[in-house]
Amino acid sequence: MIITTPRDWSRIEANLTDLGARRVFIMGCGQCATVAHTGGEPEVREAAARLEAAGWEVTGWTVGEVTCHLGGTKLESRKHGGEIGDADAVLVLACGAGVQTVADSVDKPVFPGLESLFLGNVIRNGIFEERCQMCGECVLDQTAGICPVTTCPKGLLNGPCGGMWDGMCEVLTDRECTHVRIRRRLSGQGRAGIRTVEPKDFSKTLKPGALNIRPPRGSR
Amino acid sequence: MSRLRDLLDAREFVVTGEVAPPRGTDLAAMRAAVEVLAPHCHALNVTDNQGASLHLSSLAASRAVLDMGIEPIFQQTCRDRNRLALQSDLLAAWSLGLENVLVVTGDDPRAGDHPNARGVFDLDSTQLAAITRGMNEGQDMMGQPLAGGTGFYIGAAMFPEAEPWDVQLARIEQKVEAGVRFFQTQAVFDMDKLSRAVDAVRPLGVKVIAGVLVLKSPRVIAFVNERLAGLMVPEHISARIAAADDPAEEAVRLAAEQVRDIRQIADGVHVMPLGLDHAIGRILGEE
Repeated sequence: MIITTPRDWSRIEANLTDLGARRVFIMGCGQCATVAHTGGEPEVREAAARLEAAGWEVTGWTVGEVTCHLGGTKLESRKHGGEIGDADAVLVLACGAGVQTVADSVDKPVFPGLESLFLGNVIRNGIFEERCQMCGECVLDQTAGICPVTTCPKGLLNGPCGGMWDGMCEVLTDRECTHVRIRRRLSGQGRAGIRTVEPKDFSKTLKPGALNIRPPRGSR
Repeated sequence: MSRLRDLLDAREFVVTGEVAPPRGTDLAAMRAAVEVLAPHCHALNVTDNQGASLHLSSLAASRAVLDMGIEPIFQQTCRDRNRLALQSDLLAAWSLGLENVLVVTGDDPRAGDHPNARGVFDLDSTQLAAITRGMNEGQDMMGQPLAGGTGFYIGAAMFPEAEPWDVQLARIEQKVEAGVRFFQTQAVFDMDKLSRAVDAVRPLGVKVIAGVLVLKSPRVIAFVNERLAGLMVPEHISARIAAADDPAEEAVRLAAEQVRDIRQIADGVHVMPLGLDHAIGRILGEE
């Protein structure tokens, strides 16, 4: 899921003040931002209370089911058309994808209420770790299911580097070296080898990513 | 032909030293260090933005060292350049007469003087070694022929004291397979661990030049422990330097003992005098 963190509140207030907005509609997200405790119902209510305490009028709020889904968010926006119509601005407590989807769905100025950090694994409730950078060319088959692109701070495919000491990482000194973990797991599974992982094909890293898996028109 | 390679192939015990390019354009201090070290060394490493901090490029500085009549070991880190720039600089290095290259990963930018820099790490040191070998065979990493290839003597770093050893050994074998022909080690304090490393690589037909770091004061030891990645000075060494009436003198004696031991174990020694350049002759047991 997409891990988000609350945006510096003073920046949100500055955005609204610069616009001269007095009335605000707030939209959260029922998916990642709800799990991350940044854009679910409690956080949306809290943001509303905070804005009202600072003198803004909150015309309404909602938590979209999947805010990055264009069709769903357009529908959600229509359901709250009156409240959004009364607002000078929309504050979105969702990742950057969600913010842009809302901006494509309403006519009003839209502002981000969160910072988007990474694609994260949920280790436990409230504890998230980045394990995948969506590089488009998975190496996990060669690295025992541990991604060096993401979890080695240098992103080295072959390692460890010279900074490793006692099995620990040079950069994140409280963490075990990714490459030590990879070698341990490979040899534990009887897969130890000295094969060098080839340089990455960065042309596979789509930016901006776009994918259409719909069958071509007329194919069925 | 690389003289370093010829000497090592002839089983001569080699001595390498190290100079740092300036943080600016004034090469005087580096040249002064070369003047002191060159009479005692067969080749001098020229570092590449060492400590992830800005310095004049190793490429230009290596050529300046060559012009002074001593063979440089051109260091290239994967931190600051992508694969196009790395290959381009290797071609440039060969055209400038640089014949030895040491390929290293590079410290993380967060450890240096530009902590907000983006670390490139497009390639790692193993991949860069393999690409360098390909350039020696006349082709770039895409397999396309070069109008004139290279003939580098390819070196890499080795860490005999960094545990776990089985992981280090696998890494060494991987680097050799990629085309590395000589290793320069991180500073060695435990000669048993150096022997373990040398014994392991002997069958692979590659050479090991063991590192000696001259620790002239408790302050330098603290710096090494806190700031140099992949290295910890053992307690008995720290205690010996700290207890000495003249720590710098004791550091020279210690380094000389280490060099004497290394002569019995490895193919060469790499001396990092850390400001005690003038003591190089005594460290090597020549005086």
